[in-house]
Amino acid sequence: MTIQDAPLQHNHPDSVPPALEKTVVKSWKAPIAFGIFSIIAILLFVVFGREGVSGFRLSTDSDFVQIPTIEAPTRATGIVLTVLLVALAAYSAFLVSRNRPVRLWITVVFALLFLVAFLTWAAAGATIPVPGLLVGAVGLSVPLVFGALGGVISERVGVVNVAIEGQLLAGAFVSAVVASVTGQAVLGLISAMAAGVLVSFVLAAFSIKYFVDQVIVGVVLNVLVTGLTSFLYSQVLTKNTDLLNNSATIRLPRLPIPGLSEIPILGPVLFRQTIIVYILYVAVAVVFFALFKTRWGLRLRAVGEHPQAADTVGINVARTRFWNVSLAGAIAGLGGAYFTMGSVGSFNKEMTAGAGFIALAAVIFGRWDPIRATLAALLFGFASNLQSVLSIIGSPVPSEFMLMLPYLVTIFAVAGVVGRVRGPAASGKAYIKS
Amino acid sequence: MKLELRGITKRFGALTANDHIDLTIEPGEIHCLLGENGAGKSTLMNVLYGLYKAEEGDILLDDVVQHFAGPGDAMAAGIGMVHQHFMLIPVFTVAENVMLGHEKTNAAGVLDLGAAREKVREISERFGFHVDPDALVDDLPVGVQQRVEIIKALSRDAKVLVFDEPTAVLTPQETDELMAIMRQLKAAGTSIVFITHKLREVREVADRITVIRLGKVVGEASPTATNAELASLMVGRAVELTVHKDPATPGADAFVVSNLSVVDPHGQLVVNNVSFDVRAGEILAIAGVQGNGQTELTEAIMGLQQRVRGEITLDGKSIRGLSVKQVLASGIGFVPEDRKEDGLVGEFTIAENLMLDRSDGPPFVKAGTLQLNYLKEFAEQKSKEFDVRSQGITTPVGRLSGGNQQKVVLARELSRDLRLFMAAQPTRGIDVGSIEFVHKRIVATRDSGIPVIVVSTELDEVVALADRIAVMYRGTIVGIVPGDTSRDVLGLMMAGEVPDSVTSPPEGAAA
Repeated sequence: MTIQDAPLQHNHPDSVPPALEKTVVKSWKAPIAFGIFSIIAILLFVVFGREGVSGFRLSTDSDFVQIPTIEAPTRATGIVLTVLLVALAAYSAFLVSRNRPVRLWITVVFALLFLVAFLTWAAAGATIPVPGLLVGAVGLSVPLVFGALGGVISERVGVVNVAIEGQLLAGAFVSAVVASVTGQAVLGLISAMAAGVLVSFVLAAFSIKYFVDQVIVGVVLNVLVTGLTSFLYSQVLTKNTDLLNNSATIRLPRLPIPGLSEIPILGPVLFRQTIIVYILYVAVAVVFFALFKTRWGLRLRAVGEHPQAADTVGINVARTRFWNVSLAGAIAGLGGAYFTMGSVGSFNKEMTAGAGFIALAAVIFGRWDPIRATLAALLFGFASNLQSVLSIIGSPVPSEFMLMLPYLVTIFAVAGVVGRVRGPAASGKAYIKS
Repeated sequence: MKLELRGITKRFGALTANDHIDLTIEPGEIHCLLGENGAGKSTLMNVLYGLYKAEEGDILLDDVVQHFAGPGDAMAAGIGMVHQHFMLIPVFTVAENVMLGHEKTNAAGVLDLGAAREKVREISERFGFHVDPDALVDDLPVGVQQRVEIIKALSRDAKVLVFDEPTAVLTPQETDELMAIMRQLKAAGTSIVFITHKLREVREVADRITVIRLGKVVGEASPTATNAELASLMVGRAVELTVHKDPATPGADAFVVSNLSVVDPHGQLVVNNVSFDVRAGEILAIAGVQGNGQTELTEAIMGLQQRVRGEITLDGKSIRGLSVKQVLASGIGFVPEDRKEDGLVGEFTIAENLMLDRSDGPPFVKAGTLQLNYLKEFAEQKSKEFDVRSQGITTPVGRLSGGNQQKVVLARELSRDLRLFMAAQPTRGIDVGSIEFVHKRIVATRDSGIPVIVVSTELDEVVALADRIAVMYRGTIVGIVPGDTSRDVLGLMMAGEVPDSVTSPPEGAAA
C-alpha cells in the first residue's frame, strides 16, 4: 500500500472547520483479485477449454411466452468472455495507478462475466435450465432472507443474534407438527413465529436481564434446539408420521399470481411461489421502511447505537431490546416454516443445516441493511443452488468441491469484499445501569 | 422554576458518593457546583436526572416533591441536561437526535422530520446557534455537538438546565461563547446548574457557588472569592496553584520529528506534515482541543500507527517503523492518555503493572520465571517513591483512585533509563493533590536533562509546564511559541488562527 498526496486545500479558520485533508491510499486489492480470476479464466476457459455447445434454456414448458434455448459454442464464448475479463482487470489496474477508485459496478460486471463464462464452460454438451436454477436459488434463499431480517433487527437494537439457526429450526419443527395435526396452514405459520419468539425470549432474558454474553447464549441455544428437535423427531415424530409429520397436510400449495407469473424468466422465479414467499416480499419492504422512517425504527436504532443516549431521553432500553429481539425471533421462525411447509413438506433432523449462520453472514455482508442483507442472502442461495444444478447436468468439477461453493462465496464475501464495516456501535454489548 | 435537593444520599456499595447533600437553585440563576474529580458532582446530577436512584433524600420542584423513575420523568418535569459525554447518536442527523424520545409522527406512523427540522431551526435562531438540522452529528465539531445537546434540552421546554463539565472539550473561544449562551438562557428565565472544577469559569459566570468535597457540601462561596480561596475550599487545604520551576537549560536537539504525517483508514491526514524538535532538558507542550491529531501523533511516535510518513529521530537514530518494543527499548517513556484502556491492566496488581513492559528478561524474569522477591522489593520501593496510596502492592490497580492509578503509570515509565519522556493528558480526571505530584515529577524529569513532551488539552496545564508550546489544529501544527505566550493567543491558535504576533512559523509546519 502506498500513499500519495492529494492536491492541498486551503483551510479557512473563521468558517466552520473544514474536513481533514484527504490523501489517496492506493489499494491494489481489486486489481489483484481480478488478475487472479483472469488467470483462472485463461487456464480454465481457454487453455483447458472444453469443446462443444452450451445450452441455456430460458423458459419452462408451461410458460405462456416461450423463449428459444440459447446455444453457444463453448470454447469461442469462453475466449470472448476471458478477453473481456482481462480487459476489466487491466482497466481496474489503470484506475488504481491513476489514484482513482475501482467502483462497485466494475466488480459486479466482472463477477457476472466470470459467472457466465464458468456456466458456459461447465455446461459444454449439456443445457442449463436457467429458470430452474433461479427458482431453486430463490427457494434456498427464502429462509436465509427471513433469518437475515431477524438478524438485522436484532443487531440493530444491540443484541447479536447467533441463535438464528435455533429459531429457524424451532420454527421448522413446530410448524410441521402444528400444520400436520390441525391441517391449518395459518396455524402452522403462526406457531412457527411463536416458536421463534420462544427461542428469542431465552436469548433476550439471559443477555438483557442477566448480562450473559450474547454470543455464548446464542450458541448454547442453537445446540439446545438442535438436540431437542432431534430427540423429539426420533422419539415422537417417526413413530406417528401420519399424524405428526404428514407431508400431504404440511406442504403449502403454490399460488401463481395471475399475470405477473407469465413474465418470461422472472414470472416463474418470483410469482409462482407459496404464501410464505409473498409474505417475505412484504416483510423485506416493511422492515426496510419501518427501520428508517418510523418512530419504532428510530428508537430501535438509537438503542443499538448508543443505549445510554436513548436512556437519557426516556427510552426504556431493556424493554426495547427485549421486544425487538422477540420480533426478530418471530421473523426467523417464519423462515423456519419455509423448510417444512414451503419446500420439503416434512420435518427432518437438523434440516436447517447451518442456514442460520449463513443468514448471520448475510447480515454482515449486507451491512445491517434489510435490502442489502436480502441481496446477500440471494447470492448465498444462488451459490448453493448452482452447486446442485451443476452436479445434475454433470459438470466436470468434483461434487465435493462444488459443495464448498456456497461457503467459499460466504467467506470471500464477508472477509474480502466487506472488510472494515461499521455495525451498530452497541451491538453485542449489554447495557448495565448502575 | 425553583429546584431544591434535600438530604440526597447515594451509595455505591461501601462508597458514599453523595452524603446528605442539600442544594437550592433559585429561578433564573446560574448556580455553580464546584468540586474535584470524584467529589460526587456528576453522581448528584444523575440522581436529579433520574438516572440513579438515591437511597435517601427528596427532589423538589417549586416546593413539590418529585419522584423520578427515569430520565423521562425528569425531562417531563422540566429538567434538561447537557452531559459531559454527549448523549447524541453519531449516525443520526441533528433533527433526528432532537426528536428522539418525543417523536411526532403522521397518521401512518411515519416520522415527521419536517416538524423536527423546524424546531431545531427555531431554537437555533433564537440563540444564534447556526446549527444545520440535517447535518450528521458525527461530522460536527464538538462545540456544535454541545449546542445540539442544548437544543435537545430546550426542545422539551427545560426550565432547569444542568451542564456537566461542559467546557472540558471546548477551545477557550468556544468556552466564552458557551458562557454567553448561559447568560442568555438565564435572561430567558432558565435556571442553570453549572458543574465544573475550573475556577476561572466559575468566577466568570456564577451567581452562587456551592462547593462539594468527598460527597458532602462543604460550603458556599461568592463569585468574588479568589482562586486560592475557592481552591482551598475545594481541596480542603491550601493548594499551590502554580508549578514552581526554574528556567529551562535546554541542551542539544535530542528528539526531532520532521514532516510526519499519519493517514487514517479513510485516507484522511489526521496528522498532516508535522515538524518539531525537543531539546534535552526542556518541556515541549503540545496544546490543542481534543481530536486534532494529538493522539495519533503520540501513537505514531510509539510505533502504534500503521500508515506513517516522515521521519522521527531520537539522538540521531531513526525510530520510525520500529516496533513498540523497540521504541520502548530505545528509551522512550510514555504515559498514554487513557490510562484505564492503554496504561494499565485493571485486574492486575500494582506490582504486576509496574513490570508490564519488562517481562522479557532480568531482573524481573529469569529462565522464564517471575522473580517475585525482586518484584516485591521493587514495587514497594516505587510505591513509596511515587506516593501510591493503597492497601499494599497486591491491590488490583482497578480499585485505586484515578490519581493513584496515574502514579503507578508514572512510576513504571520513569523507572527505566529514559532518552525521552512523553506524557499525554497526564492529569486528566485526577485529584488536585495528584496533579501537583505529577507536575512536580514531570518538571523533575526535565531538570534531570531528559527531553519531555506533554500533550494536554488543558490550557492551564500547558501554561504551567511548558517551556515551548506547539499548538495543533486539524492535524497540523499551527505554530510553536514560547512558554509565556498569552492565553488569548494560544486560544486563537487552538482555533486554527495564527495571530500576527506569532512571527516565525516553524519550518516545515505550514501545510
